[in-house]
Amino acid sequence: MSSFSKTASPAAVAFDPSWKTILECAAVEVFEMMAGVRPELNSASTGEPTGETTAMVGMAGALCGMTTLRCAKATAGRFAALMLGEAAASDPSSSGDALGELCNMVAGNFKSKISNLADHCMLSVPTVITGQDYSMETSEPTQGILVPLLFEGQPLWVSLIIHT
Amino acid sequence: MKKLKVLIVDDSSVMRKIVERALRQAGLELTEVLEASNGAEALAEVQKGGLDMILSDINMPVMDGLEFLKSLAGVEAAKGVPVIMITTEGSEARVVEALSAGAKGYLRKPFTPEQVKERVTPLLGGAQ
Repeated sequence: MSSFSKTASPAAVAFDPSWKTILECAAVEVFEMMAGVRPELNSASTGEPTGETTAMVGMAGALCGMTTLRCAKATAGRFAALMLGEAAASDPSSSGDALGELCNMVAGNFKSKISNLADHCMLSVPTVITGQDYSMETSEPTQGILVPLLFEGQPLWVSLIIHT
Repeated sequence: MKKLKVLIVDDSSVMRKIVERALRQAGLELTEVLEASNGAEALAEVQKGGLDMILSDINMPVMDGLEFLKSLAGVEAAKGVPVIMITTEGSEARVVEALSAGAKGYLRKPFTPEQVKERVTPLLGGAQ
């Protein structure tokens, strides 16, 4: 993305734990509109996110951090099939790109629901990680929100990691 | 019903396919769909002429959607061709900037085929 530098010193927006509901709402709306299936909250989920495909979108400006989506490879393929047609499900590139675009839309939809973020928080282009054995570390302290969802019975995690 | 030649501009190939699919699901008859991954590529396509509509993302590398939109002002082949901007950002300021620069409408991602139809068909005049 070419737009990070266009936001001139916006006032920082403080992290709010109540954003969990907003993040859930933002994600459900995106999946329902783009994939045609409404995910459900996975209230039985207690563990850390797993799955071979992770999409990340960076956030900069009034809020700095990232939004991530993580799910199994087959689930990412299912998203691609629903968004682009069945042939896309077997194309690893399309699966990753589809998850990246969904992550971008979740991040955009989330920030549009928070006062002062829509015009003062910019998003990066999506990055997609393939594989499970990794950890994310940042140089700044962070706070996070994790929303576990079920999409057609398969687990999907949406997270918001904010630099504090 | 006239068949349409449209240009879809987005740095994501998946998003370009999604927009094309949404246009078809909205009931538009597309005779040709051209794609460009940034504003500079799109400008080259526009100069060839014959387009009925342009749908362009805002955030793109090389030349972003707003710069592309402003560049169209000097292109003879772009006269009368409606441009719809597509954005994920939810930024009112950028939407206002796009409309001021000549965009005829905008779509905010995520969108449904119904929303695409609502935004696109009024701009096509007698073409649909």
